[in-house]
Amino acid sequence: MTDRAAVIRDITERFSEDIQRLDDVSHKRVYIDIETGSLVKMALYLFEQVGARFNIASGVDCRSHIEILYHFTVEDINLMVSLRVRLDREKPVVDSLTPYMKAADWIEREMNELLGIEFTGHPDMRRLLLADFWPKGVYPLRADYEEWDDSAVRDRGV
Amino acid sequence: MGKRTTIPIGPFHPLQEEPEFFTLTVEGERVVDIDVRIGWNHRGIEKLSERKNFDQSTFVIERICGICSTSHPFAYTMAVEDVMQLEVPDRAKYIRTIIAEGERIHSHLLWAGLAGHFLGYNTVFMWVWKAREEILDVMEMLSGNRNNYAMFKPGGVRRDIDDDVIKPCLAKLDRIEATLDLVRKAVEDDPVLQARTKGVGVLTLQDVVDYSALGPTSRASGLARDVRKDSPYAAYPMLDWKMITTENGDVYDKVILRVLEMYESLSILRQALPNLPGGEIDANIKSVPPGEGVGHAEAPRGEVFHYVRSDGTNRPVRHKVRAPTFMNLPTYRESVVGETIADATIILAAIDPCYCCTERVAVVDGRGRRLHDGTDLVELSRAKTERLRREMGGA
Amino acid sequence: MGLKLKALLKSPWVFHLSTGSCNNCDIEVLDCLTPRFDIERFGMLLKGSIRHADVLLVTGSCNRMSAERLKTLYEQVPKPCLVVAIGECSLSRGMFIHSYNCPVPLDHIIPVDVYIPGCPPKPEAVIAGVVKLIEKVGGKKGD
Repeated sequence: MTDRAAVIRDITERFSEDIQRLDDVSHKRVYIDIETGSLVKMALYLFEQVGARFNIASGVDCRSHIEILYHFTVEDINLMVSLRVRLDREKPVVDSLTPYMKAADWIEREMNELLGIEFTGHPDMRRLLLADFWPKGVYPLRADYEEWDDSAVRDRGV
Repeated sequence: MGKRTTIPIGPFHPLQEEPEFFTLTVEGERVVDIDVRIGWNHRGIEKLSERKNFDQSTFVIERICGICSTSHPFAYTMAVEDVMQLEVPDRAKYIRTIIAEGERIHSHLLWAGLAGHFLGYNTVFMWVWKAREEILDVMEMLSGNRNNYAMFKPGGVRRDIDDDVIKPCLAKLDRIEATLDLVRKAVEDDPVLQARTKGVGVLTLQDVVDYSALGPTSRASGLARDVRKDSPYAAYPMLDWKMITTENGDVYDKVILRVLEMYESLSILRQALPNLPGGEIDANIKSVPPGEGVGHAEAPRGEVFHYVRSDGTNRPVRHKVRAPTFMNLPTYRESVVGETIADATIILAAIDPCYCCTERVAVVDGRGRRLHDGTDLVELSRAKTERLRREMGGA
Repeated sequence: MGLKLKALLKSPWVFHLSTGSCNNCDIEVLDCLTPRFDIERFGMLLKGSIRHADVLLVTGSCNRMSAERLKTLYEQVPKPCLVVAIGECSLSRGMFIHSYNCPVPLDHIIPVDVYIPGCPPKPEAVIAGVVKLIEKVGGKKGD
C-alpha cells in the first residue's frame, strides 16, 4: 500500500468492530483506540501484513485507568499508527505480543515491573531494570508511588 | 554433547563506560547461549521528567547518555513541538542539524577507537581518539562545552552560532577528514582486520525485521531505514547527503558503514556551516496545550523515540524514552550464538551499545572451579588477531 | 600506612568504575589516556583488575544495583586505596537526587578522598584533581 489514505481505509474496514475511535491527528500521526481483546490481531496485521516497524509501547497511569500505546511506524509513507488499549487499574491485564513478535519482549518486561501490567502468555517475565531486592508490588511509574526506602537521603545536606 | 560452561562477563571493566552483565554459555570454544542483564544504569529518568517543567527537562534528558547526548533532547523537543504542531525557524533547524552531525562524528570515532582496541590495534585507538579531540574542539567552539551541549529547547535552540567560529571549525573538519582517510585505508587494506571481521557476527535481514533493530545495525544488513530520510526533520531535507547501507550484516560491514557515515556527516557540516540562514533561533513557546506528541531522531546508534503527553500545565504527564540500544541489544541472541569466545568481544561491540562491552571474564567449569583467573576476553580477542597476523605473514 | 601510601603514589595504578552514569565522565577519564592529555607520563596506569588498584575513580549516581556491586568491589580492593569521586553524580547525585533508584550519594557508601566537580569535568580537571590528591597525601607525615 503506497498511500496514507489507503492504509487507513484498509485498517478501518478490516477492523471496524474492534476500533472504538480513530484520531487522525496530523499527516504523520494516527491514534486508534481499540478493544483490548483485538490487540494481538491488529498489531500482527500491522507488523506482518502492512510491514510496519514496531517502535515501542508506552504505558501510562491515567489514575482512573491504565493505558498502553503501541507505536508502529509505516516507514514508506512516514506514518505512525499508535494503538491504544485501556486497562482496569486494579488488575491491568492484556495479552502478550511476545510469542508473535520478538521485538515486544523487553518492553513488556519493563512495563510489568514499572507499572504492574500483566502480560498473559509472555514466555520469560523476569526483572529487567529494577534490582532483585526491589519490593514486589511497588510500581515506580504509577501516579501514587511513594518513597518506601527509609534510608534514602533526599537532600544535599546543605 | 560437549561440556557446557558459563562465562559471566561484567559488570565493570576499565574500558567500558556503562556496566552490563553478559552470561555466555559455551561448549568448548563456541557460544551456545547468551543472556543479558541490565539495570546498573537505571536512574528513573522518566519519573524525574514528570517533576520538571518542559524547559528543565532538556537538561535531564541530555544526560540519559553521554555519547548520544544530542539525539535525546532533539527527539524530546520535537515531541513537544509535535504536541503543538509547531515548526521551528530555519536557523534553529540548521543549528540543530550541525550539532547533531558533529555528535555523530564524535560518537563513531569513539566507537572506532574502541573497536580497534578490542581487536588489538591500539595505535588505531590512539589516533582515532586524538582526531576525536578535534571534533570536540569544534563542538566547544560552537556550543561552549565538549560534551553536554545544552543547545536544545522546545521551540528552537538556546544559543546562536557566531559567524567568526565558522572558519576555524571548517579547518578542523579538514584535519578530521585526513584521519578518516587513514582509518578507511586501514580498514579496506588490512587482510588481518578483514579476516577478523568478515563473516563474523552476521545479523540477517530477517533478524533485523523480527527484532525491529535500528540504525547502523539494521543498515548493515541491508534494511535501508534512517529517520533522517524516512521522516525528514530539521535541515536534513534541505541538504544533499546519502544514506549508507551494506548487505552482509557482519562486523566488517558495520565498521565500514560507520566510517562512510562519518564522511557524510562531514559533508553535511560543510554544507550547513557556511550557509546558515538568518532569522530567529527560537519560536518562543509560552505554554504547551494538552495533547500527545511523538518525536524521533536518528542518533548515531539508531532511532531515538520520545513520547510526551501534556495536560496543559507546564509539566509533562508522561514522558516515555526509548533509546535505540533497547531494540538492538536483544539481537545478540542471533549474532553471538554460534561464534567463538575470541570473537564475542567484537560482536558485542559491533552494535555499538550505548557503552563499550565486555569486562573481566571468569571461566568456570561445571563444578565451579576457576579455569582461568582474570583472563580478559579482550586479551583473547587480541591474541586471535596476533595469531592471524602471524599466519598471514605479518601484514 | 603513610609511608606505604606515599610509595604507591609514585606511580598510581588507577581502576575506574561507573555506578550508573551517562558515561560522559567515564569518557573524559578515558580521554586522559589519549595523546593530548596522556596521564601515562605521570606514571598513572589504567588497570584491568581492582586487586591492582591504588586509586579508585568512581563516577555515577550509585543506583541500587550498582551500589551493591560497589560495596563488594570495595572490599576486594587492597587497602590503602584512595577514592576519587568524579562528576556531579558521584558528588551528591546531582539532578538524580529525587530518582527512585538512586537513594544515597557515594560518600554514604564508601569513604571518598577527593571530589572533582563538573558535568562532565574536563580531562584537565580530572588530572588536576588527581595531582592534588597525590600532593595532599605526599605532604602528610607518616600515620
